[in-house]
Amino acid sequence: MIAHGKKHEKLIMDASEVTRALTRIAHEILERNKGTRELALVGIRTGGVHLAHRLVKRIQEIEHAKVPIGELDITLYRDDLALRKEQPILKTTKVPFNIADMKVVLVDDVLFTGRTIRAAMDGLMDLGRPAEIQLAVLVDRGHRQLPIKATYIGKNIPTADDEIVQVFLEEDGEEDRVVIRQGGTP
Amino acid sequence: MSFKHKHLLGIAPLSAEEIMLILETADSFKEVSGREIKKVPALRGKTVVNLFFEPSTRTRTSFELAAKRLSADVINFSPSNSSVVKGETLLDTARNIEAMQADLIVLRHPAAGAAETLARGVKSSVINAGDGWHEHPTQALLDLYTLREKKRDFKGLRVAIVGDVAHSRVARSNILALTKVGADVRVVGPRTMMPYGVERLGVHLYDKLDEGLRGVDVIMMLRLQLERQGRALFPTIREYSRLYGLTAERLKLAEPGALVMHPGPINRGVEIAPDVADSFSSVILDQVTNGVAVRMGILYLLSGVNA
Amino acid sequence: MTILIKGGKVIDPGRVNGPADVLIENGKIAAVGPKLKAPANAKIIDATNKVVTPGFIDLHVHFREPGFEYKETIQSGTAAAVAGGFTSVCCMPNTSPVNDNQSITEFILEKARAAGNANVFPVGAITKGSEGKELAEIGDLQRAGCIAISDDGLPVMNSLVMRRAMEYAIAFDVPVVDHCEDLHLSEGGCMNEGLVSTQLGLPGMPAAAEDVMVARNLALAELTGARLHLAHLSTAGSVRMVRDAKTRGIKVTAEACPHHFMLTEEAVCGYNTHSKMNPPLRTGADVQAIKDGLRDGTIDVIATDHAPHATQEKQQEFAAAPNGIVGLETAWPLTLTLVEEGVLTLEAAVAKLTTEPARAFSLKKGTLAPGADADVAITDLQEGWEVDPARFRSKSRNTPFAGWKVKGRVTTTIVGGRVVYETA
Repeated sequence: MIAHGKKHEKLIMDASEVTRALTRIAHEILERNKGTRELALVGIRTGGVHLAHRLVKRIQEIEHAKVPIGELDITLYRDDLALRKEQPILKTTKVPFNIADMKVVLVDDVLFTGRTIRAAMDGLMDLGRPAEIQLAVLVDRGHRQLPIKATYIGKNIPTADDEIVQVFLEEDGEEDRVVIRQGGTP
Repeated sequence: MSFKHKHLLGIAPLSAEEIMLILETADSFKEVSGREIKKVPALRGKTVVNLFFEPSTRTRTSFELAAKRLSADVINFSPSNSSVVKGETLLDTARNIEAMQADLIVLRHPAAGAAETLARGVKSSVINAGDGWHEHPTQALLDLYTLREKKRDFKGLRVAIVGDVAHSRVARSNILALTKVGADVRVVGPRTMMPYGVERLGVHLYDKLDEGLRGVDVIMMLRLQLERQGRALFPTIREYSRLYGLTAERLKLAEPGALVMHPGPINRGVEIAPDVADSFSSVILDQVTNGVAVRMGILYLLSGVNA
Repeated sequence: MTILIKGGKVIDPGRVNGPADVLIENGKIAAVGPKLKAPANAKIIDATNKVVTPGFIDLHVHFREPGFEYKETIQSGTAAAVAGGFTSVCCMPNTSPVNDNQSITEFILEKARAAGNANVFPVGAITKGSEGKELAEIGDLQRAGCIAISDDGLPVMNSLVMRRAMEYAIAFDVPVVDHCEDLHLSEGGCMNEGLVSTQLGLPGMPAAAEDVMVARNLALAELTGARLHLAHLSTAGSVRMVRDAKTRGIKVTAEACPHHFMLTEEAVCGYNTHSKMNPPLRTGADVQAIKDGLRDGTIDVIATDHAPHATQEKQQEFAAAPNGIVGLETAWPLTLTLVEEGVLTLEAAVAKLTTEPARAFSLKKGTLAPGADADVAITDLQEGWEVDPARFRSKSRNTPFAGWKVKGRVTTTIVGGRVVYETA
């Protein structure tokens, strides 16, 4: 690992590593699903949306086929709403196609406790009955609190509980990279 | 930003940013209402009580639908022939309801300030669904939501509110909301129906409808409330309708494409000529859908853990 | 019982204003002068650094007996009175049943005697049941002990009935007291009609509702030559008309309540039912007019309109809550703020509560002249305290002044030569 740029931040993946990981995941999705028939990608807000769009573009380049894409806001399905003093701001869900009988690949940036994915699955089920749900994540950092497993993983990173893993993307005006930080530092 | 209020008692305590937050939140819920499964688990296990001391099918069912689509349990109380007549006070009734662990109480009551009085006396969150002449915040918010869909920008939007402003909580709430988001508001009607010092609320006052409608983008017609009238506010319905009724001719004085709104139910031929009423019935249906979305948004934002 | 009040500053409006001792013997004032000698076995009350005045007279209280004893009784009301320095009070007839006959008057007087606190002078009704239609037996009421007549709570709407009442009352030399409100104009209202009522969406009572009745009453007083007393004035218009009427020699006296010179309609914001009373709190301009009226004598008297209500009654939604606040235990320190502000001299403030009310209702009270009844109040003007309704002697707690820090506390009250109230 190269210590890079900002203090207290350790670089885990640089721009080229991110690109290669996404390319590999795109190939794996196509391999496992034997092509793009009845395939759809749904990015989980907010971390997974840009990644889902990139995967769809990659798949288009490889297979010359368009895969439907949706954006899912899981706020209303969180398991901690009843415990919060102020409700989190909602962002809209945009899944402009019928997911019934489709193979839906959920896409997120970091897989941690698994609670976000549990909420995403519930949210997805309320939109219809998919044939299969698969999960693609850029980073799996361990510490699962629910029995959730990713189908496609960009990189496995062992972390301590109090560390923070952050994904920065070009679409947000940053350099593509994944970093790890100590918890509590600015 | 986040929504830090425990209650929704009126538009008065809200900032322009908070109003916009409610409208944006309602967007998500409008999407939910468009799905096959019109339900999300956000308020699962919460109890919402509709406490309506005044009859209202529309607002009550709207709140009921909103709460149920959020997976809450709903109880409807309409104390018209029950304990309140026997002398049980508003607070007593409310405490009994609170004992059922109500998380949110939606209150409609004929006395101004009832929602605030209730909020002081119970631990639940209180939503004002109309208190006397004072405010009806969810109606104003859903009106703004509809306007946002159709007209997009509030700043400088010219809105005329026509009718019995003095006795209308819908008018008061709309005046507050529209002025906060930067609209240019006028009130039109006979002086007998204007509250004291109405211009100090930041609106222009017009006695004559023709002048009041010139160049407006939005016309909000208020219902002539025959059951809530004091005497001597106007001589006859005939005269009122002739002077302040919206006809197709008068509609032409407004900007082309002007939106006509009405909180309902309409007195056909009194406030609005029948041909005009028919031509904008679609807006009314929109308002019903939007009403559920806005109310879902409000229930959601208020459902945080109460201090 | 002999009492010597030593070392205080005596303010007996128009007679004494300076250091003096007061000697009380057999329930009467025996002497007032500097350095009086204490007779044998006289009780000595040390009034050093305190002000000694005649006991205060409140021309307008509501003791809810008979009929509403849960709000206040004559016993608890007179106990509240003496705690506020009031040694004589006039109680309004809107009890249940209304005091429109001799037996209710006698009942009230008997209860007052038994309580043994302040003197009670009942005000009898003008009309039977205060319905505003037929005259009550005013002669009988006066003979039984009533010192004035009023339908207070309500105005006498019918001007002909009011004219006849004024004419009829002349024979008994009792003032006719009107609660000035045109019920048609004020219909449905529960606060002042103004910017605050517009914001709160509450139906309002315009100032004109009071002004219209004041004008009517002054015209009738001029016509009949009767003694007119206007209760609880609250508007600039009322004050202006009374000032004008007095210059023309009309026999009118006027009263104002502390809440009408301390608070404005803004106090209602938040739907605070402790700011709900009738007449309602008005605008800043009206408050200034009341103060001007007190300063120039247009308003002769300060009275409380003490109106006790139970806590749960005031906890209702604004429109449903009953009108009124208690006032006996806060009137004096609030009046002293007018002295602080320079609106009244200390002697004038005392007069508004003693000699002036006595004159308005022809009571042989309100003075420390030798031979007068020994009704005395001793005040520590410097003592600061916080208004705490839980410690009121009244049965009720409905006051908007809870938590206010005020200055000026009655430390001893004497009625008929007996100490009836003392702070520890």
